[in-house]
Amino acid sequence: MMTDFTWLIGGPQGSGVESGANIFSRVCAAAGYNIFGKREFYSNIKGEHSYFTVRVSEKEIHSNVNDVTLMTSFDAETIFRHFDEVSAGGGIIYDSGLEQTETVKVRTLDKPFLDRLHRRLESLDCPFTVTGALNAARNNGVTLYPVSFKSLLEGMAAESGNERLRNMIRMYNVIGVSLSLGLVGMPAHPLYKSIGAIFAKKPQVAQTNEHAARYAYSHARQLGEFAHNLPGIAQRPDTILVQGHYGTSLGKMVAGCRFQSYYPITPASDESTYLESHEILEVRNDRPGSTAVIQTEDEISAIGMMIGAALTGTRSSTSTSGPGFALMTEALGWAGINEVPIVITLYQRSGPSTGLPTRHGQDDLLFAVFAGHGDFAKIVYASGDIEESFYDTGRCFNYADKYQIPVIHMMDKFLSSSVVTCKRFDPSRISIDRGLLLEEIKGEYKRFAATPNGISPRSRLGLAGGIFWNTGDESDEYGHITEDPYMRIQMMDKRMSRLDLVLDEIPESEQAVSFGVSKYTMISWGSAKGPILDAQTMLKENGIDVGFVQVKLLHPFPAELIGRLLAGADTLIDIEANHSGQLGKLLLQNTGRKPDYYILKYTGRAMTCTELYDSVYNIIHGTAKHREVLTRGA
Amino acid sequence: MAPSLSEYKTDVHNDWCPGCGDFGIVNALQMALAEMGIERDRAAIFSGIGCSGKTSHYINTYGIHTLHGRVLTFAQGAKLASPDLTVVAVGGDGDGLGIGAGHFVAAGRRNVDMTYIIFDNGVYGLTKGQASPTLKLGEKTKSLASPNQNYSVNPIGLAIASGFTFVGRGYSYDVRHLKDLIIRAVKHRGLSFLDVLQPCPTYNDINTRDWYAGVDLADESAQRHSRIYKLEETKYDSKVSYASESVLHEKISQALIKSLEWDTKIPIGIFYQNELISACTVRMADKIPNYLENPPSRQRISDNSSPLTDISKILDSLQI
Repeated sequence: MMTDFTWLIGGPQGSGVESGANIFSRVCAAAGYNIFGKREFYSNIKGEHSYFTVRVSEKEIHSNVNDVTLMTSFDAETIFRHFDEVSAGGGIIYDSGLEQTETVKVRTLDKPFLDRLHRRLESLDCPFTVTGALNAARNNGVTLYPVSFKSLLEGMAAESGNERLRNMIRMYNVIGVSLSLGLVGMPAHPLYKSIGAIFAKKPQVAQTNEHAARYAYSHARQLGEFAHNLPGIAQRPDTILVQGHYGTSLGKMVAGCRFQSYYPITPASDESTYLESHEILEVRNDRPGSTAVIQTEDEISAIGMMIGAALTGTRSSTSTSGPGFALMTEALGWAGINEVPIVITLYQRSGPSTGLPTRHGQDDLLFAVFAGHGDFAKIVYASGDIEESFYDTGRCFNYADKYQIPVIHMMDKFLSSSVVTCKRFDPSRISIDRGLLLEEIKGEYKRFAATPNGISPRSRLGLAGGIFWNTGDESDEYGHITEDPYMRIQMMDKRMSRLDLVLDEIPESEQAVSFGVSKYTMISWGSAKGPILDAQTMLKENGIDVGFVQVKLLHPFPAELIGRLLAGADTLIDIEANHSGQLGKLLLQNTGRKPDYYILKYTGRAMTCTELYDSVYNIIHGTAKHREVLTRGA
Repeated sequence: MAPSLSEYKTDVHNDWCPGCGDFGIVNALQMALAEMGIERDRAAIFSGIGCSGKTSHYINTYGIHTLHGRVLTFAQGAKLASPDLTVVAVGGDGDGLGIGAGHFVAAGRRNVDMTYIIFDNGVYGLTKGQASPTLKLGEKTKSLASPNQNYSVNPIGLAIASGFTFVGRGYSYDVRHLKDLIIRAVKHRGLSFLDVLQPCPTYNDINTRDWYAGVDLADESAQRHSRIYKLEETKYDSKVSYASESVLHEKISQALIKSLEWDTKIPIGIFYQNELISACTVRMADKIPNYLENPPSRQRISDNSSPLTDISKILDSLQI
């Protein structure tokens, strides 16, 4: 049987859950496995529950599953929140010092959850303690591995003669990881190596952690048997381990984006921080280049600065989330009427308003499509996974330049907080097309000169002989204000006509991707792609063929292409992480066709392929509701 | 050869009201550009919304008429991407100190090397004369239904408190003085701010040309009675000439005190200037050594449509 293993680590925010998961992921990736990791966290700095699930598989994977194979927990909350997720045959490594902890003593367990937990434990006839929850798991076929984390630290301190180790509870994460890796029989060397890599800048910390890792790893041998193991498989060449925002960040560097203005917001600002920490760029056969990353006073300033920079001919962008994008919409229209190429990377999260600020959502599709007052042309383009987002970033900048138009690149929290293995990005697959950006100008220049296809050669601030004017008012060909009715028609038609050009010129393979079309076909966009592909595979393994069409170009909507792709599909299932089935609405508006079923999730947690599989299965067997709502995930 | 003054003018019909103070500002700006000999295509005028927003269309350089309150954001972005451009931003007092006040404060902190001119007339002219942020509390200009309910903001004081490193005030009917002031402001290394008193003949019937001229103050002796006086004709010294906390505090304090003068004596000229604080472009060069020679707008990013950026080292570090 193929290895398909899910590991979960949880703990209070600030306790090193993320670095623990990082180590585990690196080690498993180094052992040749495919990794799909996902982080969940509260809008909080310290103390609230955060957890990381890392799915480890021999086959290609694109999402999480429902079941956890091995959980490691050094706090009671992780056990209370996740004991039910561990599958029969799985295991829980936990700190035995927690056994007596009562549910009500865990202050971070919120009331709605506590009520559900109590009802659940009551139904299982288990006391409201850690032991109660663990017994429930054990009764379900889960093996328990109690470890006194405190005794481990004491043992380490005694062995090394370093008394300070005795109280180093911040190493619980590394201990949990090492126990887990020891239990599943993973070779130890990659563990030490990745600790060294992660703490490369702090040799002292690296040394202490490596010591803890060695001690805990060897202790794991005393834990007993475990039904699953991860011995490692053949290395795959050209594999990288990436975090969610690396795709768009590295894509921006390669695409030649040299100006990024932003205002801090989850989950978008990781990208800007990453760009700034790599602000000096290596350039082939030339002096170093750089990205000017400017933190602004608000998102209005972020888009204003980006537009100002774009007017100098610099490829410019910003990265934001829903609340920030909402503030940008007035200036978005300005970029529209002045035909300024800009790229907004929109890392969506759950709205409305502040919503679930650190949770996932694909809530902003219709908002992006209709953003801004007045009629103007823009492109809304969505990536389905991290690898795609690298290449798509290159495309977005080309679309912006070629059509002199704002481009909104849709990303989301699910993508941004995933850690995955994928094929090493290939920068040579990104091409750069600046469109009609001028290098020199001869004779009279008119920025908005009438042309057969509506796109005018573009000057840039500072270019000799290329003086132009811009205004948010309607303008004439020079860019001066006009209120003339005929000039208004000329200019509106000029700007809006490029929507047809976009549909005509962008290759179909960039507009939408078909993963087969069957009687039952799923349609979706953005990050739902991952769970859908995995569910599609699971269905196939059970002899059920279900098609899938991924729409990437959401605006202008490729109605003819999508209609053609879906021609063979009798029953359409719209799958999205929002409440109203926003793609379904666009589909109806543009093609007249309405999805027959909806599978929606708006808990703020990403879909698992398991729950998606179940819903599609039920649809096919006639036992599903017209609108299936997914709920999995703590 | 540097362009002549007339070459800085466009043939766009100027539709400001007859007698508008804005004319003096646009003339002074064109004169300043001509006198400095700045090539037309090396300068960019950014403007906000309202009557003053049309300024960029009347000047024959790059002209970017932006959004209400947001002019500084566009202008700073352009300057940071292309630091060798001469950038001047203009806008009304409602634009810069009302809807755009947050950007005003943030721009001061950033100190990008450019100039910001506020056309200060106490009213929102283009929307028919509502009270703007600089109109005094209790004043009732002619289209207000009742006296102004809000205290007025002090543009000079706010600029100094926000970190602008050159702060001055001009008067739109003293075009030569204003022209000289603009030249000083543009040449300043850092963010310069000019508050230009600009009577709105249509809607502000209080702070009129005659009021500034002190016609109401005229007494029998018929001595000079203009409210406006020039700081440079007094012993006032606006410049922070060496880096010491006490000097800085002294210069800031005197400028703030000076900025409170109004009513019968209104100073124009330079209130505060400090080139010892580094401009944002210099701060950028501190962390990106070749930023000024190879700024964002100049960088080569592709060769024959192939990207030139080499990220192989980053990818190597991510390799399993």
